[in-house]
Amino acid sequence: MSRNLLVAWQLMRSGFRRHSAYRAAAVAGALTNTVFGAIKASITLGALASAGGHIAGYDSRSAMTYVWLTQALIAPVNLFYWNEIGERVRSGDIAIDLARPVNTQIAYLFTDLGRAAFEILPRGLPPLLIGAVTTGIHVPNDPVVWGVGLLSILLGICVSYACRFLINLTSFWLLETRGVQTLYLVASNIFCGLLIPVHWFPPSLQTLAHATPFPSILQTPVDVLSGRYTGGAVAAALLTQTLWFIGMMFAGHVLMRRGRRVLVVQGG
Amino acid sequence: MGESLAREVTDRADVRPSAFTMWRVLLASRLRAQTSYRASFALDLFGNLGIALLEFTELWVIFANVKALGGLSFAQTAVVFAFANIAFSLADLIVGHVDELPRYIRAGTLDAFLVRPASVLGQLITSDISPKRITRTLGAVAVFIIAIAHLDIAWTPLRIWALISVPIFGTAIFAALFVTAAGLQFWLIDGAEVTNAFTYGGSYVASYPASLYQNVLRTFFTFVMPAIFTAYLPALVIFGESGPAGLPAWLGLLTPLMAGISWGVALGLWRLGLRHYTGAGS
Repeated sequence: MSRNLLVAWQLMRSGFRRHSAYRAAAVAGALTNTVFGAIKASITLGALASAGGHIAGYDSRSAMTYVWLTQALIAPVNLFYWNEIGERVRSGDIAIDLARPVNTQIAYLFTDLGRAAFEILPRGLPPLLIGAVTTGIHVPNDPVVWGVGLLSILLGICVSYACRFLINLTSFWLLETRGVQTLYLVASNIFCGLLIPVHWFPPSLQTLAHATPFPSILQTPVDVLSGRYTGGAVAAALLTQTLWFIGMMFAGHVLMRRGRRVLVVQGG
Repeated sequence: MGESLAREVTDRADVRPSAFTMWRVLLASRLRAQTSYRASFALDLFGNLGIALLEFTELWVIFANVKALGGLSFAQTAVVFAFANIAFSLADLIVGHVDELPRYIRAGTLDAFLVRPASVLGQLITSDISPKRITRTLGAVAVFIIAIAHLDIAWTPLRIWALISVPIFGTAIFAALFVTAAGLQFWLIDGAEVTNAFTYGGSYVASYPASLYQNVLRTFFTFVMPAIFTAYLPALVIFGESGPAGLPAWLGLLTPLMAGISWGVALGLWRLGLRHYTGAGS
């Protein structure tokens, strides 16, 4: 058991160190997310103003908290193109991963957690600070909210990883996965609540969103952290995230086993 | 056809082919390469239609909650959105990959471009023109047609001029922003992501009524990175609406001028950047 923990820790460290090598990229990313945040804040405030100040329980302060928290979490939960495993399947490098004495899916999960741990401060803090100064955000003063909020972010990263891993595995069967990846990005970005809060959706679209794991990636952590949920609702939110994580990991596990059987790697 | 042209170019080394023939051969070979994997190409087309749909969903969800945004109705905002998306997606189709310059630098492809007797920017642009993105343009055109049908517009010559200027000069402005981004990346390399703030950020800004933006944001995207000239301002001319304070509608007639200035800046930066560049000797 302790040996497994040590392996997990080392994998996390390697993910952290690998991404900390690109500091200029982190600064650039933070700046870009901040500019996008300012644009999103303007549009959101405009919408609130013309709706008379409130939409679906959001007033200007809670809406601004939503805007800047989502901008801060984009990088840690990784809502963008990620095809590392897909590339390894295509190039055959996945054979090396499969030969390792650790489960490939779990190993990359810990590397991804290390990546997220690095990105959360340099890429997450600047948009939050700029947001706090320019439009104001709600900062929870209850340590319990901070605790469950961080746990919810962790689960969001895990669900995101499990989904991305699953999409990457289509490389076992498809030569070119860019189209699938684009469709995934389209669906995940809208349904995770990146552009507009899921609570603003018309009822039918909300039902559709909740039939996918995507709200668990971003909307739920933001809701928990901004104190939109209290008591039992927090527990229910965390449970939903956990169930999606387990479900997606299981699907990835099954697909991985099937993929291994169709994999042919040339050379030696 | 492409092959015989290629032979024509290589066989007659003593006679330099006309620039037109050369670019035509280059472009034809790229297009063939991209469309040779039919299933992937079809999925890409589908994915890009999805992007158009996704962005429109955002607007639609907002209007499920409000009746007007920044002083414009749903149909009017949809026209602004469609203009911005038509101009941006066309620019993205033609030059959208040039902001991946750091990738070309790392792979040494840029060094190969430099030793050939043709414009480096021209080679970079023709290296990856993406016809798969046309479905995004078509999605935006569909939004425009449906939205404009809901508006009662008397088409004066001035309004028709504003309409025509969007796909030509609006596209030129976004294309100039991409080339500006590429030029800056000779210095940025690892920090290249920052230019997304005004290429993709510009497209985001342009898709909504500019009356929503305050001070710094509005000034920056009007006069520094003139994204607001691609959609909102020409749309105001067409609607016959007056803009917010400090953003008069007649500015919408100056889109060609802004396109010219943007290209001047973009090409200047590109030349400076290219001169700044030193290869790794690979």
